[in-house]
Amino acid sequence: MSTQVHGNGLSGPRRLRSRASRLLAAVGAAALTLSAGLATPLNPAPHRAAAAEGDSVLTVAVAQSVDSLSPFLASRLLSTSIHRLMYEYLTNYDPRDARAIPGLATRWESSPDKLTWTYTIRSDSQWSDGQQATAEDAAWTFNKMMTDEGAATANGSFVTNFKKVTALSPAKLVIELKTPQATMTALDVPIVPKHVWGKVTDFSEFNNDKSFPVVGNGPFVLTDYKPDSYVRLKANKDFWRGTPKFDEMVFRYYKDQDAAVAALRKGEVSFVAGSPSLTPAQAASLESEKDIHVNDAPGRRFYALAINPGAKARNGQKFGDGDPSLLDVRVRHALFMAVDRKAVIDKVFQGHAVQGQGYIPPRFSQYFWKPSASQELAYAPQRAARLLDEAGYRRNNSSGKRLGKDGKPITYRILCHATDPNDKAVGQYLKEWWGRLGIGVTLDCLDNVSDPWLAGTYDLAFDGWSVNPDPDFVLSIHTCAALPATPKDSGATDNFVCDKQYDDLYTRQLSEYDPAKRATIVKQMESRLYDLGYMNVMAYPNAVEAYRTDQIKSIRTMPSDAGNIYGQDGYWSWWSAVPADRTGSSDDAGATGVIVGGVVGAAVLVGAGVFFALRRRSTVDDRE
Amino acid sequence: MTADASPTPAGKTVGPAPAGPAAHGPWAYTTAVYLRYGVGKLGGAAVSLLAVLVTGFFLFRLIPGDPVKTMTGGRPVSTEQLVAYRKEFGLDLPLWQQFTDYCGEALTGDLGTSYQFRAPVIDKISEALPNTLLLTGTAFVLYTALGIFLGTRAAWRHGRLVDRLHTGLALTLYSVPSFWLGLLLIIVFSVGTGPIPGLFPTGGMESGGEEGFAYVLDVAHHLILPVVTLVAVEYGQTLLVTRSALLDEMGSDYLTTARAKGLRDDLVRRRHAVPNALLPTVTLVFVNLGRTVAGVILVETVFSWPGLGGLFYQALSVPDLPLVQGLFLFFAAAVIIMNTLADLVYPLLDPRVGR
Repeated sequence: MSTQVHGNGLSGPRRLRSRASRLLAAVGAAALTLSAGLATPLNPAPHRAAAAEGDSVLTVAVAQSVDSLSPFLASRLLSTSIHRLMYEYLTNYDPRDARAIPGLATRWESSPDKLTWTYTIRSDSQWSDGQQATAEDAAWTFNKMMTDEGAATANGSFVTNFKKVTALSPAKLVIELKTPQATMTALDVPIVPKHVWGKVTDFSEFNNDKSFPVVGNGPFVLTDYKPDSYVRLKANKDFWRGTPKFDEMVFRYYKDQDAAVAALRKGEVSFVAGSPSLTPAQAASLESEKDIHVNDAPGRRFYALAINPGAKARNGQKFGDGDPSLLDVRVRHALFMAVDRKAVIDKVFQGHAVQGQGYIPPRFSQYFWKPSASQELAYAPQRAARLLDEAGYRRNNSSGKRLGKDGKPITYRILCHATDPNDKAVGQYLKEWWGRLGIGVTLDCLDNVSDPWLAGTYDLAFDGWSVNPDPDFVLSIHTCAALPATPKDSGATDNFVCDKQYDDLYTRQLSEYDPAKRATIVKQMESRLYDLGYMNVMAYPNAVEAYRTDQIKSIRTMPSDAGNIYGQDGYWSWWSAVPADRTGSSDDAGATGVIVGGVVGAAVLVGAGVFFALRRRSTVDDRE
Repeated sequence: MTADASPTPAGKTVGPAPAGPAAHGPWAYTTAVYLRYGVGKLGGAAVSLLAVLVTGFFLFRLIPGDPVKTMTGGRPVSTEQLVAYRKEFGLDLPLWQQFTDYCGEALTGDLGTSYQFRAPVIDKISEALPNTLLLTGTAFVLYTALGIFLGTRAAWRHGRLVDRLHTGLALTLYSVPSFWLGLLLIIVFSVGTGPIPGLFPTGGMESGGEEGFAYVLDVAHHLILPVVTLVAVEYGQTLLVTRSALLDEMGSDYLTTARAKGLRDDLVRRRHAVPNALLPTVTLVFVNLGRTVAGVILVETVFSWPGLGGLFYQALSVPDLPLVQGLFLFFAAAVIIMNTLADLVYPLLDPRVGR
């Protein structure tokens, strides 16, 4: 059959050959045109002044991509960190202890009825286009968020309790509240220039990433952005607190943390922020490296074991299927007393964490609370076993397993994040520790835990939050008001905790304007939460990050004594960073790399071309 | 070679030519048959696209996770805001209504607005598409050429050292995880190890700040390692398919005839054997071409290439439903179009197909 097609001497194959080659040529040409056409910039970077010779550049490797550069839409840490650099907020946080200090506002005061706040706006802050930043801009920003749903997307929660915001004069901003609110010196809202943003029509879709430079009044000015590639900023020479020491800042996007670590090693980036932290192995390998400093800083996160208290909605309807034995506080305490927190720190976090105590991590010294000796649920497996006996959950004589009130052996389902190796490791330990108590454990490790979490179909769960200098939010997620309205809705609640005593304290702290008194109430809340036993903090993971000391001479951590660099509350790290004296210029090395790389690439291509050409010419005689 | 045995998607349509007199001469007859064949293929493609449109909607509704909850996770959000989000995204509507809205919009070319990036899905795709095509397109041209070239050489010298060397190397690289190979190349050729200097950038598509020709050079410099990684893991497939197809041809009588005529071995291979053995390779080429737009998540990740693969991953992890659906539709459409093109091209390559 095949010879029918090919059999007619030369003409058959030749005809076919020409067809095939024409086709191949066409396909190849199309593909090449495609590739070659794309090699030239289809969407060239917006025109910008290239960095002048000798400018110092601070390059930060980040793992997150920007969600939006509009302060009204952005919610990711990278984007909000960039907004910290671009815009001033009314107040800032002291890098030493996170207390409120002046930002765009120089001072603030509240009325005796606690419902009116007056801010004095500084006169020495200018927008990068030369205009003065005034109370008008602040009032416009807040009013926009209060009246335009699109503008409320990211930070709407800050203004829900606002009644009216007015600018009495360029230097006086007045905010009237519906009810007292203690978080008025922690309004993390970038103030934007009215004369620029007033022209925006649709706030829900304006991403502030088309025309550069972007007008701002922070320590840096955004000059360029390419999605999933980089964000560039230039130092704002007129910044009222002082010009940053680095001339330029670049956030470069590295999707893979190992690649980012390689870039640090090579010197392509000055700083690597882990997402959320470098792994112990990466930290160990970098520690031995010359010119690299690993910053193993107390983190702002807590890592906890949350217990399902029986999910319910605000309308009183119960749902979910949490194990009823967990409603007994003795059981909750017994479980936590059988968790060896020291082993968690040593074995799982390999030393890059601190043992958990209260709800708020120790770096927030104002609000840090730890249990008294009598209150503490220290590691004591035997006492835990006795407590379970007391609660009536005794061991079955034959199997050794503890039985629930229904007579069946107790096995708890623990929700774990499949993407978090710590969850899995701790889960294995819990299996062992609770197994010794006679309690079974099944780990439900999921990529996305939110479905069973919101439905309340779990017994325990690994939980963790990043805490802000003002703790209002992490406290609010355990109030009854945060429960979903009905089982079908979703609420802001973390794990369905609803306790009257806690709620009363929450309301009190929110209207307490004296920082010291408020801190006392917050600590009482932490104490109550600890005793309830629904949120058991096992550890405060460290923020492990690294930078090159031959590029960054010094950089400020927050808190100053021992703290993190990336994702601070404020612009302290990048604003304060001092460039190292450059002896062996890494830029030259980079340029050499480009040249050498280009030459090698060209040589390979030429070599391949010559090889093909020779092969084509060679005949059977030449080769054999 | 028998047409029925060739592993082509068009294999099913290969059948005995319809009997009947060719009243208007052979050319007219062929055109008519080809037209009928082509219209059938195009119809099939249209139906596939519609099916993709429908499955895309329901498939991604099965992903666990609540987009609103994922997006607002870890920051202060009031319950009222959560409700507002749901309303804005249309997630409060009944599923059938969401579906009809989606279909209506998709048919008018509107793929919706990404939840997380607050930008039209079309914009996000067109932003990343050139980057992906540059990477996968370049790699595609190279690995296809390399695969066909080495595959024919290996088959021609079947069983000899060259064959064993190339086939062995190709198989080894084909089974290497691209992620691992990429990381290895970064460590060796980007950072530099021992006497090898760090020649290439560790990631990304550009250094930023370059313009004009310097920009093109800069991008090319960033392109080398990811392309090398892709070519290394992908060329094996083309090599093996080409090699086995050519082996089938090797014993054919027409090759003996060609040799008997005194043709050089090189000519026998290039002009006689290879063209006849190319059909399975062409299938593979078109399948690969369809896949190029989907990007390569792992290689894009390890080299931080700002392409569609990474975008798809980000979209899935929310799940950012409009973006996921848009990308799915786009990827599927590319594969369907390429397969249809392949189907349309076969009869031109091999007249037996489509008769």
